[in-house]
Amino acid sequence: MRDVVEAIVGFVETARAFGLDAGPDRVQAMVCALDQFESVSYRNIYWAGRVTLCGSRDDLDRYDAVFDAHFFGAAEPPEPPPPRTISRRALGMEPDGGRSGDDDGNAKVSAASRLEVLRRRDISTLDAADRDEVARLISAMDLHVPMRRSRRHRPAVHGLIDAERTTRAAVRCAGEPIELHWRARRLKPRQLVIVVDVSGSMAAFSDALLRFAHAATRRLARRVEVFTVGTKLTRITAAISSPDPDTAMAAVAAVVPDWSGGTRLGEELKELVDRFGRGTTLRRATVVIASDGWERDAPDLLGSQMARLRRLAHRIIWVNPHKGVPGYEPLAAGMQASLPYVHELVAGHSAAALENLADVIGRD
Amino acid sequence: MTDPADVASPQALIADLDSHGYLADEALATACFLALRMRRPLFLEGDAGVGKTELARALAELLSAPLIRLQCYEGLGVAQALYDWDFPRQLLHVRAAEAAGARDPEQLEGHLYDRRFLVARPILRALETTPSVLLIDEIDRADDEFEAFLLEVLSDFTITVPEFGVIRARTPPVVVITSNRSRDVHDALKRRCLYHWVEHPTFDREVAIIRRRQPLASERLARDVAGAAQALRTTDLIKPPGVAESVDWTEALVSLGVDELDPQSANATIGAVVKHREDVEQVRHIDWAELIATGRRHGA
Repeated sequence: MRDVVEAIVGFVETARAFGLDAGPDRVQAMVCALDQFESVSYRNIYWAGRVTLCGSRDDLDRYDAVFDAHFFGAAEPPEPPPPRTISRRALGMEPDGGRSGDDDGNAKVSAASRLEVLRRRDISTLDAADRDEVARLISAMDLHVPMRRSRRHRPAVHGLIDAERTTRAAVRCAGEPIELHWRARRLKPRQLVIVVDVSGSMAAFSDALLRFAHAATRRLARRVEVFTVGTKLTRITAAISSPDPDTAMAAVAAVVPDWSGGTRLGEELKELVDRFGRGTTLRRATVVIASDGWERDAPDLLGSQMARLRRLAHRIIWVNPHKGVPGYEPLAAGMQASLPYVHELVAGHSAAALENLADVIGRD
Repeated sequence: MTDPADVASPQALIADLDSHGYLADEALATACFLALRMRRPLFLEGDAGVGKTELARALAELLSAPLIRLQCYEGLGVAQALYDWDFPRQLLHVRAAEAAGARDPEQLEGHLYDRRFLVARPILRALETTPSVLLIDEIDRADDEFEAFLLEVLSDFTITVPEFGVIRARTPPVVVITSNRSRDVHDALKRRCLYHWVEHPTFDREVAIIRRRQPLASERLARDVAGAAQALRTTDLIKPPGVAESVDWTEALVSLGVDELDPQSANATIGAVVKHREDVEQVRHIDWAELIATGRRHGA
């Protein structure tokens, strides 16, 4: 038996090298499972490990590879991919000049209607002064917390009879249920996860989107997580938490290493789901992904990661700044791959579009 | 067989399940064998209609144990799944005690939390019934908070009722948990279970299952349906048909008095196989003659 245990420990080490989550309790279960068979054969080891070390269908293929590699010396464990050098080359989307027709005669209109015009202007076409103005508009934006029903109940004035409290009260009135108590589902704010693409093709919009994320963080406090993606996934929840928008933006600029680089959306969503999918961050959250869907790698990975995300999240809202362009079609390969898993695709090219986004988030 | 741990080997289990109308392959039988021997819950994932629920039913018959089923749904809570207090009875008790002259409310309240006022919901019922098979069906439909309640039940086979105490199973029930994987179930839950992914059956097995479940179907029809179902699974349908659909389909065809699948009867009964509007749309354009021929090559 001792040899068997040693053999299994060796096998489990290989399994870990292949990325299977073989914790001590699972190993113990495997030994116990193997013990149920009359003999120790490769076949029995295979089955004992398969039902105890695997936790999902994806694990099964990996498990087969581990088994072949360990007992029949088939393959080496996969090397972790070499760190890629970050390309600083912006993918360069020219701002679309054809969309600025509505700024004619700006000087004549009142300040109020100037703001109104500004709200609808494409952010990528603004000059520095207008940009500041729009940044202020975004920071002042109001967001409604999406709520979800919690499993717990709270006392209420109508709803379901709260039998427990009613009974307790009745006991004190000698069994006479004089006072009826009611209960209703408690509401909890839903977790909001915002992922902002800061790659080159999004350069014109990422500042506005991050400011939106900042506004959300300030309104909804601890129920918001913010990430940036580009060539690397960065969690910026802490950096963006400063109450002043400009200080927050500066702090974000300091922690994000991959401004205006390329996009490896698929790989980064994978990292997001791998790292945060297990806890409560993504589960039943409203996930907002702000990206144009330009993907440097093949879009298959992005599609499969979106599928995983969809299984975890309550709602996925995709913000594509280019959607504001009349005649826009989601043709970018990454967009195509993601679209089946997106609940809502909204524009994010102007302050007005971002206000609409706030509404969509609040609608739940 | 009455004690689950009495099962001798996976092969013996295949034969036993077979005699109760369930045709298991080696993989499923081995997972099942280990779950019975180790008294661990069996976590079954797989596409809808591959026979996950059916397995629990067959196991219950095999063990001559009642099948206690908990169908999960959003909002499912302790009061529906584990236990609930019988409030009307508690009130009656209070009134009766009062009529008998009881005066001490504290003592009265203490009496209220007695086992006889506890209504057993499926999980508690399963813990108190020996032997029993507890089927927790489609756990992915329940809220993820609900999984937390299962952790205690599945690892120790106990339920803690705050007002009452700990209720322990004398012999752990056989537990089968199924998931259609509409969302990922927490790791903490999975690691208390033995995991198995249920595949669609092979052609021969599917033919055997259809013939077993629809004895009136001809061998030819069963082979045609199995072949067509296997071919349909390779097309890009939103919901590819499972064995359950093949069996339903065969039943529909048998009701129409069909002996072998042809394009006309396939079209007439397609509602038994595909159940999404988009899929029906897609299937409408399928060249049935071609698909049936492909299916027959499958079997050849």
